[in-house]
Amino acid sequence: MTKQQKQIHLAAHFPGVNNTTVWSDPEAGSHIEFSSFVKLAQTAERAKFDFFFLAEGLRLREQGGLIYDLDVVGRPDTFTVLAALAAVTSRLGLAGTINSTFNEPFEVARQFASLDHLSEGRAAWNVVTSWDAFTGENFRRGGFLPQDQRYSRAETFMRTAWELFDSWRADDLVADKATGQFLRGEPGRFEHHDEHFDIAGQFPVPRSPQGRPVIIQAGDSEEGREFAAATADAIFTRHGTLEAGQAFYSDVKGRLAKYGREHSQLIVLPAATFVLGDTDAEAHERADVVRRQQVSGQTAIKFLEQLWNADLSGFDPDGPLPAFDPVAGENTIAKGRASVRMYRDPLATARQWRELAEAKNLSIRELIIEVTGRQNFIGSPATVAGQINDFVQADASDGFILVPHVTPGGLDEFADKVVPLLQERGVFRTDYTGPTLRDHLGLTTPASPA
Amino acid sequence: MTRGTGPRLAVALDGAGWHPAAWRSEDARPTEVFKAGYWLDLVREAEAGTLDFVTFRDSLALPSDGVRGRLDAVLTAARVAPLTSGIGLVPEIVATHTEPFHLSKAIATLDYVSTGRGGVQVSVSSSPEEYRNFGRREFGEDISGEAADYIEVLRRLWDSWEDDAEIRDVATGRFIDREKLHYIDFEGRFFKVRGPSITPRPPQGQPLVTASSGVADSSVDVVYVTPQSREEIGALVEAQHGRQVFADLVVFLDETSQAAADRRARLDSLALLESDALVFTGTPAELAELLLAWHVAGLDGFRLRPAALPHDLTAITRGLVPELRSRGAFRKSYEAPTLRGLLGLDRPANRYVA
Ligand SMILES: Cc1cc2nc3c(=O)[nH]c(=O)nc-3n(C[C@H](O)[C@H](O)[C@H](O)COP(=O)(O)O)c2cc1C
Repeated sequence: MTKQQKQIHLAAHFPGVNNTTVWSDPEAGSHIEFSSFVKLAQTAERAKFDFFFLAEGLRLREQGGLIYDLDVVGRPDTFTVLAALAAVTSRLGLAGTINSTFNEPFEVARQFASLDHLSEGRAAWNVVTSWDAFTGENFRRGGFLPQDQRYSRAETFMRTAWELFDSWRADDLVADKATGQFLRGEPGRFEHHDEHFDIAGQFPVPRSPQGRPVIIQAGDSEEGREFAAATADAIFTRHGTLEAGQAFYSDVKGRLAKYGREHSQLIVLPAATFVLGDTDAEAHERADVVRRQQVSGQTAIKFLEQLWNADLSGFDPDGPLPAFDPVAGENTIAKGRASVRMYRDPLATARQWRELAEAKNLSIRELIIEVTGRQNFIGSPATVAGQINDFVQADASDGFILVPHVTPGGLDEFADKVVPLLQERGVFRTDYTGPTLRDHLGLTTPASPA
Repeated sequence: MTRGTGPRLAVALDGAGWHPAAWRSEDARPTEVFKAGYWLDLVREAEAGTLDFVTFRDSLALPSDGVRGRLDAVLTAARVAPLTSGIGLVPEIVATHTEPFHLSKAIATLDYVSTGRGGVQVSVSSSPEEYRNFGRREFGEDISGEAADYIEVLRRLWDSWEDDAEIRDVATGRFIDREKLHYIDFEGRFFKVRGPSITPRPPQGQPLVTASSGVADSSVDVVYVTPQSREEIGALVEAQHGRQVFADLVVFLDETSQAAADRRARLDSLALLESDALVFTGTPAELAELLLAWHVAGLDGFRLRPAALPHDLTAITRGLVPELRSRGAFRKSYEAPTLRGLLGLDRPANRYVA
């Protein structure tokens, strides 16, 4: 007996503020005009994707004390642009990354409940926990939160937001013109006191179509995984190989039982990039071109500086690696990016890079092209459809959040050529079966409190 | 110039209208207040009347009467933006409990999604409920001057990117010219904000900033005042030297003044209307006369608060507007693509450009 094929979930990530996004391509359009957001969202909806996804960063990144200028810079306000996209799409889920450190539960719950009403049940919240004082300089509260408290704040933030979402029953809105009764009793009452929040009152938004937005978690640490297992509907991750994906998948799914949750209640969605071609060979040629666009000589030096934790602006990107070792201690060169913490052992990483560069006779730029972010899926539409399906069926993920490298047309080819092949295999929907994002993801809608 | 010499006209939207019993009117749609289609219908109606802008009322607490519930005003405005094309969209925000950094990019984004029709009404918190919902400050604390600081931060952040900061220079690999991005380094009594914004300068440069008189008068483009008679107007306008002054009026409009008065009496028997603004009951023609007279007395425009929706909004767009047009005192079509343009305001120079 063959195992039943899993259905794949797909989301479209608006190209982001990082070097994956190729702004130098002649096809690359605006990253800020609303028309670009409309274009990508409508392509995703045409292809029957589960949702549209927006990342967030609340301070412009810096390197060496200067605003980082090599990547796309500038993005809209997450809530506002998603509310506007609700007007030009009708089924597509709308997922926004919103930080739990520089916001308040009352405000964020009100915004998500509003978005869920205004989109008729399509809102999702990607909870992130950036805490740093650098970002805090843009906010009233400054950098108030120690790193080790960010998940404790996130957890209680989330619990508090849930109390607010659940503070109205589905039938609390009566609006009986004859009797003048507007509400059934006094819904919305809440009270929450703990080390992070001290609030009480009445929530002003009636229960929204999804009860509460879909919760996505993005964060890789032990605490992050535990947080996801306890509270999230989906987890946004990065994966390299099939094996790494499988290990992550079984790890986080294995944590669910402890919280009385089933496998299907946490959907694992890694980010994935792709390059298509008519043939596999053509796709690989294109992928090489894209890699060179993503890693200019200037970008290669900046990447190297992030590992070396030093100013390397005098180095030639077409020349060899520095002969000296990375500067030990706290990484101070790059601010406002999560990736610097990937290099947990800079000396060891530098040693590996140097060995690789020597073995293959690579320049700085060639090395960086080799060691950072290769595209996940490269090939003809049939090859890519096969790879994606293999990943999902092998339990390395439940689907992908696809990150096109060109704005806003970078998903067109995938929508036109790969999606139909997945549909033919019977592993991807040919139409939406329900109106809400929870329907698309196969998640139940939380029951209204009695 | 099709606007002639008449007043500018805005409408304030809130729930089912400004009378707390408005939701019990026959044509009211009180449960649809939580659906996008309701707001879209109202804003499209206002746009059909070529009004300058609509405001979306908001607060950070549950309304204590009328329609008891509310969606976020910025998101509601954004939701209708792509489906409208001429009218200005001005949501209310509460400065006291929110982050100016978040709201600056939110209003900038509203300006992007409406291609230059965004604005904001800044208000301050006067209810202990709002303080308790946030739990970060004490009700009764001295907040004078905070709204002005807040607006200063909104404005500096909008200017923190020069218009031509994005260069896409392949030779040097640079997407932006960082010399054209600016730290705002605001430090005031209530907060510090470093900047720059994460959102590039919005289409209007500076979206329209409005507020009720007394909130932050010298910081705004449009001030809302509440004269009770024509005699008060001269002094009110003079006090605002140079800013545009709009009078708020609650309006009950019907074919006869008797019908309007009867309708008000009916609603008043169901709930008490407490209003800071003058309440007008009468015909669209009578209102047109009053507006023209008050305009001559010095007001730039009016923000009408329909007592009941959609009734009094429709009476504005289909009754009042034709009355004004027939007197050559109101536009027949939108003559400018941006809200600032409709109000005769230039796109301002960037304060950080040397
Ligand atoms: C796939 C992925 C995407 C992320 N996207 C964002 C983002 O858009 N904005 C943000 O502020 N942080 C983002 N983060 C950062 C996380 O929220 C978190 O702050 C960071 O990963 C550190 O948490 P950790 O130690 O649990 O990994 C992302 C993390 C991951 C793994």
